[in-house]
Amino acid sequence: MLNTITPPDNSKYLRLNLGPSHPATHGTLRIFVDLEGEIIRDMKLEIGYLHRCFEKMAETHTWNQVIPFTDRLNYVSAMMNNVGYVMAVEKLLDVKPTPRCQRIRLILCELSRIIDHLVCIGANAVDIGALTCFWYFFRERENVYDLFEALCGARLTTSATRVGGMYQDLPEGWVEWCQKVVDNIPRTLDDVEALLTQNRIWIDRTRGVGVISKEQALEYGFTGPCLRATGIPYDVRKAMPYYDYDKFSWNVITENGGDTYARYLVRMGEMRESLKIIQQALVDIPGGSVNIDDWSIVLPPKEEVYNSIEGLMAHFKLFMHGIRPPIGEVYACTEAANGELGFFISSDNQGRPYRVRVRPPCFAIYQAFPEMSIGQTVSDAVASLGSLNIVAGELDR
Amino acid sequence: MQETHIKSLANVLPNLPESIQSQILSVDEFRGETTLSVRKEGIREFISFLKNDPNFRFDVLMDLFAMDYMKYAVPQPERYAVVYYLVSLLQTRRIRIKVFLSDEEPSIDSIYDIYKAANWFEREAWDLYGVNFIGHPNLIRLLCHSDFVGHPLRKDYPSDRYQRLKTAVPSEGM
Repeated sequence: MLNTITPPDNSKYLRLNLGPSHPATHGTLRIFVDLEGEIIRDMKLEIGYLHRCFEKMAETHTWNQVIPFTDRLNYVSAMMNNVGYVMAVEKLLDVKPTPRCQRIRLILCELSRIIDHLVCIGANAVDIGALTCFWYFFRERENVYDLFEALCGARLTTSATRVGGMYQDLPEGWVEWCQKVVDNIPRTLDDVEALLTQNRIWIDRTRGVGVISKEQALEYGFTGPCLRATGIPYDVRKAMPYYDYDKFSWNVITENGGDTYARYLVRMGEMRESLKIIQQALVDIPGGSVNIDDWSIVLPPKEEVYNSIEGLMAHFKLFMHGIRPPIGEVYACTEAANGELGFFISSDNQGRPYRVRVRPPCFAIYQAFPEMSIGQTVSDAVASLGSLNIVAGELDR
Repeated sequence: MQETHIKSLANVLPNLPESIQSQILSVDEFRGETTLSVRKEGIREFISFLKNDPNFRFDVLMDLFAMDYMKYAVPQPERYAVVYYLVSLLQTRRIRIKVFLSDEEPSIDSIYDIYKAANWFEREAWDLYGVNFIGHPNLIRLLCHSDFVGHPLRKDYPSDRYQRLKTAVPSEGM
């Protein structure tokens, strides 16, 4: 495999192939590096190993059937993809989810952001050799997954949202349980911060590694924690607030430096901000239904289907023809764990999307990886790759 | 441009110079989003103006992708379109720019040197739709295998077609 790509003219460099299946890539990423000693002189990326044509599949399924596919985009925080997609469809339909539904989605999104950052930092630390943090973090992640499981029956691929509402309402006692889980997380964050933030080895391995400047980050279309680590306070939740994000008090975390250490600090800070949001959001969850009251979009309750002709008709119409959004094109974006997750949807008034386009945040970020790594060692590249949080499911779609 | 177009354009992009404004074919509003349809020939000039002009400063190319309107319910000027999604972080302004491309020659000037992000986005659009980006330094497949024949997201590509791989070797040059 090493010789399949023409080596550079001056063959004093050693061509090394990392991946597509490599313990440090956490996904099917293939990286070719040209080495001079241990220093990377050139790097080429090959992606697409996890390409499953999500966008084509979406065109052959009904609006709600696309939701399970979105789970597989960023499978570390599937809930946020679910929310991002249905938000776009709801924008197209021009409906607003109920206040209760909005609040539940917000809580689930913030929980997902926390587990996504836990995985990212945990795995990044493992790559650098700090195995302990990983176990600390994964304990909390399991607790959050228990919450998800109680809500929708699945841990990883949740498919919890529906166009116009949720798969189901919160089960009894969920809020108190969630409160308990959330109360436990700060202790773990403290533990890991004590292990890493001032740790000489951690700082040596991450500071000045994988640096990207403000200007370059914008050029490459960075969003999310990687952009905020360069000092730009851009967050979709603040810039274009959705689901009442503007009603809670929380801060956008930024760091200067744009290196692996800054990205670590931003993620740590963001988890604490997410906890703040969840704490405030759990206090007064609005009552009422989680689904909107429109049977041309959400399924009628089963009692209505069995006992009334209107319910029965609505049920069958929805299954036979599906939701029929008006002709038009919308783009809706949410702040996912990696950055701006955008869904562009084109409808021509059919039961199926005419076109679904995903704007995956790490697609733009991964493109900058060679620029961030050339001139550094392979082990530095591994450290900065982990901190970019490239999820192949989202990258390749 | 029609009168209403000019009015809604003034809301999203006030005080556009005449030379830039003449590149715009139409302005669409839907659900609070603005879509500009721009002349194919002027796309580079148009985008680099929006990026560099101090009044606008669209500093991020958030997205770039292609569309195939072959089976769309409403007739469109041409079969293909390339869509650019520009964002100005400071002014939190967003704009969608659409350029229609003909079925016979779906090609457009590359903007890889205006925004670095465009490089992979254009490669992806070439891979999935067969849109040729003139001047792109490395226009090869990105997501599909190098042996893949055709462009899978075109509307005339059947969604259930299978192709057998001939080699497991990555492409030259990447």
